[in-house]
Amino acid sequence: MSSAMAATGTAASQAPAVELDGVSITFKLAKGSTYAAVAETKLDVAAGEFVAIVGPTGCGKSTLLNVAAGLIKPSTGHARIFGARLAGLNIQAGYLFQQDSLMPWKTAIDNVAVALEIAGTSRDEALQRAQAWLGRVGLGAFSHRHPHMLSGGQRKRVGLAQVLIRNPRILLMDEPFGPLDAQTRLIMGDLLLKLWQDDRKAVMFVTHDLEEAIALADRVVIMSAGPAASIIGDYPINLTRPRDISEIKLEPEFHRIHREIWTALKAEVLKGYSQGDMVGAG
Amino acid sequence: MQNQLLLRFLQLMVAVVGIGFWHFATTTSLFGRPKDIQFFFSTPLDVFWRIVKWFSEGTIWHHLGITLLESVLAFVIGTIAGVVCGFWLARRPLLADVFDPYIKGANALPRVVLAPIFALWLGLGIWSKVALGFTLVFFIVFFNVFQGVREVSQTVLANARMLGMTERQLLRHVFIPSALSWVFSSLHTSVGFAVVGAVVGEYLGAAAGLGYLIQQAEGVFDVTGVFAGMFVLTAFVLLIDGIVTVVENRLLAWRPQTVQSAT
Ligand SMILES: Nc1ncnc2c1ncn2[C@@H]1O[C@H](COP(=O)(O)OP(=O)(O)OP(=O)(O)O)[C@@H](O)[C@H]1O
Ligand SMILES: [Mg+2]
Repeated sequence: MSSAMAATGTAASQAPAVELDGVSITFKLAKGSTYAAVAETKLDVAAGEFVAIVGPTGCGKSTLLNVAAGLIKPSTGHARIFGARLAGLNIQAGYLFQQDSLMPWKTAIDNVAVALEIAGTSRDEALQRAQAWLGRVGLGAFSHRHPHMLSGGQRKRVGLAQVLIRNPRILLMDEPFGPLDAQTRLIMGDLLLKLWQDDRKAVMFVTHDLEEAIALADRVVIMSAGPAASIIGDYPINLTRPRDISEIKLEPEFHRIHREIWTALKAEVLKGYSQGDMVGAG
Repeated sequence: MQNQLLLRFLQLMVAVVGIGFWHFATTTSLFGRPKDIQFFFSTPLDVFWRIVKWFSEGTIWHHLGITLLESVLAFVIGTIAGVVCGFWLARRPLLADVFDPYIKGANALPRVVLAPIFALWLGLGIWSKVALGFTLVFFIVFFNVFQGVREVSQTVLANARMLGMTERQLLRHVFIPSALSWVFSSLHTSVGFAVVGAVVGEYLGAAAGLGYLIQQAEGVFDVTGVFAGMFVLTAFVLLIDGIVTVVENRLLAWRPQTVQSAT
């Protein structure tokens, strides 16, 4: 698995895994008005690079991931995937959505197994591998439950297994650990890092949690508050790897970076809030 | 357990009190002369013995069989047609928009007025009743399938696409399960309407069936016969409804339900 990745990795190493080039997204609203959510955004994610995207709520993080996934066509600019202009869905990417996205009529194991079955794997083998993946995300005992019988965090983990079992070259993750408690967040974060360490995929990781972003990523990217949001900060994180999340948070370098990014972010977060107030008042 | 027993007991008491009241009101001179009152309301015992007579003589089975056959045919044909049309139109937004006012209009028409026309076209046999039931069942199933296909969660759909599903696989893993869940959730209504179609059709012109039986009794002011027919019809519908519930519980296991007791 990893050797195959290494082989393709050399050929693709020149072109970024994901390249957003001058991407703007304008949504059509009711009554013919429009809303410019994201403006003129440029972002490169190299093959095997882990990029975290942080920004105030409603700034357009999910929208950017949707563009990288090929679910939204940008109004201007375009997305390139390993150098090729993206038209239609990005089939090289696995996407873990912010909202519930499991099929409610399938059990956890069927939800995971179907990702293999549709690609032609036999049902027996798919079920076996799905069970192994559910075990890896700590849900081995929950495989025969339907989504409505799982907690929000458990559903997210089933979703993670569903995405990773296909072994995509690009991972798009939208607040994957959002509904998890602090301890499970740590465990899942460590698990994600370990999986990524073994098999480096290009990752676009959206989170609200700046500490999580710094602990996980090679680069942290900050978005400004909308409308017309764009990337206003790009910080390389030069902490050593492999990392242990709970330990790395104790390092002085971690704190220095955190303070630096937070200062920039705080202004934007406040702007994002006041915008919400204005909308609420008007 | 305790609560269940109590509940059943209370439910039974409602029937006992209701029938008891009926009995005393029609056999004592509480509200007037029993003879007059019985002409309008019959008595529970008369109705009971009439039902027993029907079943012991075996005349009722023929009528029940006819009504059942008509209901089942209306339900099966209506459901199949509804599912096919619902799927077909839901995947063709332009066609759906074009036909939208006509479908709404056809559904808004009170179907009873069609009964004479169906009788004219299809005769007084079972098919005119099947047709009436069909027009009722079809629209319920059709709208539910249409809705089910259209209202698949956009995230679930996007996720399935990102997993690499082809259009056919989407149909199999996403659209059909979603639409079927809507169809099943409307099973009670559509089965009920299949029976309504059959009985109303019989009532308005037939040579057999429960509706016919009731209509015949009404024709000669045989109130006992009318009430007996209504009770048999009610039991018939309850029985079918019970079967639907069993089927539903099997097929919709994935849906959140009221908490099931662990014991
Ligand atoms: N389909 C749409 N139509 C109109 N406006 C939209 C649509 N989708 C998103 N928006 C708007 O675009 C902006 C960005 O939305 P997006 O979902 O990308 O935010 P986000 O950064 O992911 O927020 P959060 O952190 O809360 O998930 C928001 O202001 C939102 O209201
Ligand atoms: Mg979002």
